[in-house]
Amino acid sequence: MLKIKNLHAGVEENEILNGINLEVNPGEVHAIMGPNGSGKSTLAAVIAGKEEFEISEGHIEFEGEDLEDAAPEERAHKGIFMSFQYPVEIPGVSVTNFIKTAINESRKARGEEEMPANKMLKLIREKSELLEIDRKFLSRSLNQGFSGGEKKRNEIFQMAMLEPKLAILDETDSGLDIDALRIVAHGVNKLRSKDNAVIVITHYQRLLDYIIPDFVHVLQEGKIVKSGSKDLALELEDKGYDWLKDEVVPQ
Amino acid sequence: MGSKHTENIDLREKLVSSFLAFQSHVDVDHPVHDIRSEAIRNFEIKGFPNRKEEAWKYTSLGKLQKIDFSIFPKKVNALEYSDVKQYFLHEMDTYKIVFIDGIYSSYLSETTHDGVDICLMSAALTKPIYEPIIELYFNKAAKGEDSLTSLNTAFSKEGAYIYIPKSKAPIKPIEIIHFATGKESSLMLQPRNLIIAEENAELQIIERHQSLTSNDVLTNAVTEIFAAKNSIVDYYKVQNDSSNASLIDNTYISQKQGSAVHVHTFSFGGNITRNNLNFYQDGERIDSTLKGVTILNNKQHVDHHTLVHHQQPNCESHQDYKGIYADKATGVFNGKIIVDEVAQKTNAFQQNNNILISDDATINTKPQLEIFADDVKCSHGCTIGQLDEEALFYLRARGIPRKEAQALLMYAFANNVLESVRIPELKLRINKLIAEKLGVHLGFDL
Ligand SMILES: Nc1ncnc2c1ncn2[C@@H]1O[C@H](COP(=O)(O)OP(=O)(O)O)[C@@H](O)[C@H]1O
Ligand SMILES: [Mg+2]
Repeated sequence: MLKIKNLHAGVEENEILNGINLEVNPGEVHAIMGPNGSGKSTLAAVIAGKEEFEISEGHIEFEGEDLEDAAPEERAHKGIFMSFQYPVEIPGVSVTNFIKTAINESRKARGEEEMPANKMLKLIREKSELLEIDRKFLSRSLNQGFSGGEKKRNEIFQMAMLEPKLAILDETDSGLDIDALRIVAHGVNKLRSKDNAVIVITHYQRLLDYIIPDFVHVLQEGKIVKSGSKDLALELEDKGYDWLKDEVVPQ
Repeated sequence: MGSKHTENIDLREKLVSSFLAFQSHVDVDHPVHDIRSEAIRNFEIKGFPNRKEEAWKYTSLGKLQKIDFSIFPKKVNALEYSDVKQYFLHEMDTYKIVFIDGIYSSYLSETTHDGVDICLMSAALTKPIYEPIIELYFNKAAKGEDSLTSLNTAFSKEGAYIYIPKSKAPIKPIEIIHFATGKESSLMLQPRNLIIAEENAELQIIERHQSLTSNDVLTNAVTEIFAAKNSIVDYYKVQNDSSNASLIDNTYISQKQGSAVHVHTFSFGGNITRNNLNFYQDGERIDSTLKGVTILNNKQHVDHHTLVHHQQPNCESHQDYKGIYADKATGVFNGKIIVDEVAQKTNAFQQNNNILISDDATINTKPQLEIFADDVKCSHGCTIGQLDEEALFYLRARGIPRKEAQALLMYAFANNVLESVRIPELKLRINKLIAEKLGVHLGFDL
């Protein structure tokens, strides 16, 4: 589904990603862990198509197509979704109007009709119940004045509404208490199927108790320095990242 | 081209000499006529303002003065309601004071004398029963030295007259609409409005100038609003006129203790629009609110000059103007706040935020603070920027294409000024106008 080969990317002369290789197949859950500043958010943003980052080498393929020239909205239309580490506050646009617009723009791009209002309402009700989101919340301005936890839950609500093929969750667990974490994990697990995949970016093992990964990768200084099974996450929790500094980079 | 441009016509001279003819149509023995005569003298001396004056640095009336405007409407023109329905807030019931080419249209209007007076300036300026009120209020808030105000005063004859007695409130909002039919190739209009809200009175007004063709129209309007103790006045100006219609709007508001006057100005169209919005606070615990949304494209020009004069302690003023400028549009915001020495504990807030979406668009924004009291809270800020790239990426990452995402952000940027619009039907209308003006279908009902 997603194939990243020797990806180098950065801002101007500053290289942030130095040769990432990653393959994600349908049905899989991959966890990416790593210290602050190692390039996790950059990787997520590059996959989502953020134009600020320049790709100097390597490429990203999604379902066999090179993503190089695809605009962020086109990637979204293909089924790529990124849950933002820092969701942007947009005063004046309600959560509901935002999600309706997003869904209908995606449908339009695929040559489909707009979703009928009653179906949209039903979907909103269903997904907000799944994520235990108060209906009043949906008429508020997007992310404005939301707590950290509310922002993250709102991201997952959007994911549930859009039903992407590939979901990249960038530190969705930070700012969540244990109850919220469970709710969010439940929302993510609901989406999982043999046809779609999830990349979970996290600092902590905690979230991985609920969203169980098939693979765990460690990112350091813009490189994947180690990959393994879910046990690697436990090991990292125990030992931290420093011991990996001496590891040989897998080719 | 509908307009006649001739080199030797001087609009000032034409206006001054027209005053003689004008006098034969009004009662020269009425006390107001002395005020008119003095006003024409002031205009004759001062003439039109020019760009050497600081207040007119960015707005030129030069081209307009070359047009051979008709000063008096020649004949009564009629309009069918169905043809102009779209310009009314027809989604709801309203009182209506409607003028066609400067002449009152009883056919399109709905006035009342039932407990409140919602009627005509021509009646107020001629009928003896109104004389005491006219003597008390007429031209008392308007600034006599301003030449364009003087020009309007000299020719004051018609407009809206609204008087709301103590503790009364009309049962529905009042629409004041001026249509220009274009039957005259170029027409100058000078409506004069007087609005009085007595103690505890409350009212809502929506004002609109609408030219129906591309012929030249120049409107030089003066509105005086008197808000007595604890009264509440909401005034909405909808400026979405055709590309050859220019407007100079001079609004003077005199407020007494505990009153609240909110003026919203929505500027979406027209050729040259100049808004001189002046608030004078004469009492304590006064709230003056000035809000504006300006969205311009092509070569449209809007100049907002606001003044809030705090003359008493413990009052507030809130100014929030948002502007979006595309193509070669130009905007001006000049916000003047005066706080007199006695006006302690004044809380004056001013904000002007602008987005330029083309390299050829310009905005000149300037706060002008003259503060003579020491215990005041006064904040002001202005920004000129482009759209937030982070926010754009967020929307695009959710599948909203760049153009729609930009429109959505601009809509959101302008939209928070609408929160204080207290007529839901109007709010919806303005929302639609904003979407239309931004040229997008937002994928949801606004
Ligand atoms: N827009 C940017 N401009 C310059 N440097 C950036 C930018 N975004 C990220 N970086 C740098 O790239 C590195 C990786 O950042 P990031 O991907 O956010 O790390 P992580 O998510 O792993 O904490 C950091 O050193 C950060 O300062
Ligand atoms: Mg990060």
